[in-house]
Amino acid sequence: MHLRDDLLHREVATGAIQDFPDPEPGLGEPIATIAEQFGQFSLNGHTEILLVANDSQQGLGWRMHAPDGFLTAGTAVATGAISVGTVSVALKQAKEQMSEKMVPLAGITAAFVFAAQMFNFPVAAGTTGHLLGGALAAILLGPHIGALVVTVVVVVQALAFADGGLTALGYNVLNMAIIPAYGGFAVYSGFRKLLPKSKGGVVAATGLAAGISVVLSAAAFSIQWLFGASAPVPFDTVFGAMVGVHILIGIGEGLISALTVGAVLASRPDLVFGARDLHPAQLQESGKVPLRAFIIGGLAVTLLVATVVSQFAVNNPDGLDFVAEDTGFISSAEEHSLGDSIFADYATSGINNEALSLAIAGTAGVLITLAVGYGLFRAIRPRKRVPV
Amino acid sequence: MGAGHAHTLYVHEHSLVHRLPPETKVLSAFLFVAVVAITPREAIWAFGAYAAMEAALVGFSRVPVRFVLSRLIAVAPFVVFALFLPFIGAGKNIDLLGFSLSSEGTWAMWNILAKATLGATASILLAATTEVPEIVRGFGRLRIPPVITGIASFMIRYLEVIAGELARMRTAMTARGYDPRWLSQARPIAASAGTLFVRSYERGERVYDAMLSRGYNGVMPALDTRSATTREWLGALALPLLAAAVALIAVTTL
Amino acid sequence: MSAAVEVADLHYTYPDGQSALAGVSFRVMPGERVALLGPNGAGKTTLAHHLNGIRRADRGVVAVGELTLGDDTLGEIRKRVGLVFQNPDDQLFMPTVGEDVAFGPANLGLSGNELEDAVSSGLGAVGANDLRGRVPHHLSGGERRRVALATVLAMNPSILVLDEPTSGLDPAGRRELIGVLQSLDVAQLVITHDLYFALELCSRALIMDEGVIVADGETAGLLSDEQLLSRHRLEMPYRA
Repeated sequence: MHLRDDLLHREVATGAIQDFPDPEPGLGEPIATIAEQFGQFSLNGHTEILLVANDSQQGLGWRMHAPDGFLTAGTAVATGAISVGTVSVALKQAKEQMSEKMVPLAGITAAFVFAAQMFNFPVAAGTTGHLLGGALAAILLGPHIGALVVTVVVVVQALAFADGGLTALGYNVLNMAIIPAYGGFAVYSGFRKLLPKSKGGVVAATGLAAGISVVLSAAAFSIQWLFGASAPVPFDTVFGAMVGVHILIGIGEGLISALTVGAVLASRPDLVFGARDLHPAQLQESGKVPLRAFIIGGLAVTLLVATVVSQFAVNNPDGLDFVAEDTGFISSAEEHSLGDSIFADYATSGINNEALSLAIAGTAGVLITLAVGYGLFRAIRPRKRVPV
Repeated sequence: MGAGHAHTLYVHEHSLVHRLPPETKVLSAFLFVAVVAITPREAIWAFGAYAAMEAALVGFSRVPVRFVLSRLIAVAPFVVFALFLPFIGAGKNIDLLGFSLSSEGTWAMWNILAKATLGATASILLAATTEVPEIVRGFGRLRIPPVITGIASFMIRYLEVIAGELARMRTAMTARGYDPRWLSQARPIAASAGTLFVRSYERGERVYDAMLSRGYNGVMPALDTRSATTREWLGALALPLLAAAVALIAVTTL
Repeated sequence: MSAAVEVADLHYTYPDGQSALAGVSFRVMPGERVALLGPNGAGKTTLAHHLNGIRRADRGVVAVGELTLGDDTLGEIRKRVGLVFQNPDDQLFMPTVGEDVAFGPANLGLSGNELEDAVSSGLGAVGANDLRGRVPHHLSGGERRRVALATVLAMNPSILVLDEPTSGLDPAGRRELIGVLQSLDVAQLVITHDLYFALELCSRALIMDEGVIVADGETAGLLSDEQLLSRHRLEMPYRA
């Protein structure tokens, strides 16, 4: 049993504070279960990494809400069209799934996602991340409702809170709602096939999918940058920076999403859309899931995604160029801001040797990720009880 | 608990801008920002003109200047990114104080700074002069599907309720000495997120029951019948029209 | 004369197999105010949800006036049975008080002046016409209760079913609510743990426990039977 849980339970016995979610029957349970899972290969000592819940909004938070003018007008219109199209499909599917209940249920769970995004956690070097919640929403509610709900959150944030530009809504919705929800759910479904059919399998798949969904968003943004950059920064620099930072954010996102789904499974497993295929008996099995596999798998997949995408970009800039020309992005890009530098002068922009710079960035990324992963391991393992 | 985030930007005042119907303001803000976004960055004077229009609007709507400036901090990370551009952009061909700067990068910096700031100011002004449920109502009148505005409206109605639950959980945790600094201490936070989801979902079911009890049949009744007058539309659209005129001159004279 | 609401041999089991209603029968006559008392988990709220058909019984009959609850009468019964939920935050879901009160009558097909009249009469009945433009979240506890009541009164029901209407109210809010409820001549079934509230408002009371009605009689009589009360986890607070 975890020290902190013990402390909490003891204090429950003495003081009477309601509303704390952890103690007793329902939600305390999965936490302990996950702790046990992590505990199977935990190490000694304590912890130094990351951290969560930065209460104040002061300082520069890492924010995904891009402002107006960050990508070219053509990209804004194109991503806007993609977003509108996808949302209308999501809307249709969501109506079928929830029927008449949809408006109140989707609306109030949207308020939940909004609130969940208030969880801030530092990432590295003074930047903080907030829970993005796209994959989490998709796993809890299904990809269509998940995408819809996060879209509403992003749009209201732009209009009522001035978070993100109005003309940036096309790509902000695409990157923060649609890609994490659909992409995250696809990754989740994939991992569910590989992992045991148990609560542990659901939790592990959630963590991996939520983490990867953040990286997918970053990669998507980078690709949009390729088409509609507003500044002469080459794709691979943006890609390296975005994916690198988001691998770190993804670890926090994955962990918190996994624990959240675990907590919901413990009290209302019927509410987890992504676990509807499980029988009650399978949900009982805590399934000592292969946490080692969970983390190693997560790192492997993330790096694989990063490598594949970046190699594609580096080796086939012409391919993307072609697409860009073909779809008329170049002309709009030239008109507005970017000039020739990105597409035409690919090799001379940024660091000269693309392959080398990518290799360096990649290696650094792997090392940082491993270090963080190792720290997480140590962080999560249950600690011995301190004699009181 | 990041409560600042849940607070809307509405500034209670009684200006003409506050009184304009929301749909006119929403459309006007969108159009204005769109015009700004497509204005060629080389037309520096045009951005000055846009800034002057916004400044006039700030004065007109009696939204405190300090308030607008303080909310502009939201774009700060992107500003920081933009400030790097002259140094990392391709083609180092300007020499300034011993630094060699990229002209392309400097232009890009200017472009992002100008458009992001003008866009954010427009959003801030919209949010400062229009209460959030009104913005959603405006969306409805702009023919956004009622399902979407319905979801948005429920979200806004319950945001403070749910944020309040979250705050109470955090208080209860803090009262028992919970002071998370490391990711290792995140489990209770995730557990509270799980609890919050279950409570939100169950509340959604209860609200649905309450709606059924009052005759809900899957379609939100149309309660909103007011629409803006031509004068109100003209008043609100004056801003983007003026901006469009500026953009047109800018494009033709470049 | 037919009863405002009549329930006969109602049975309901939750999806998880737990029995909630195990043969409930009673009737409330027009204009009558009846308290429904009982410990937590007795099935009171579940019973209330059966009265307008948002839960459907496994067995038994619910009748409102001359109508028997069924798929064809559901709409009309929901109009006649005004259910006020335990938590006003669940009841008040629209952006403003005025729109919330209009929600029910608008679903009944009212619009224009008719809708306007329904809203004014609902709000007027609880003395809340001045709250019309307010946002529900910013109302006081007592105001929320009264507005929640107004949302139902605007539909002109023949019976009100109130679930724990005094919970969370301060003494003044509770006093105002008693005044409002006494001023209405509609039949009322009031679920409450507040026994003095029951005593003051209702001449008749039902005690429910483990899914059945275990006592039905004059409120004052039932509440003076200490053994009956303690058998069902009820207790009159000390009265100075």
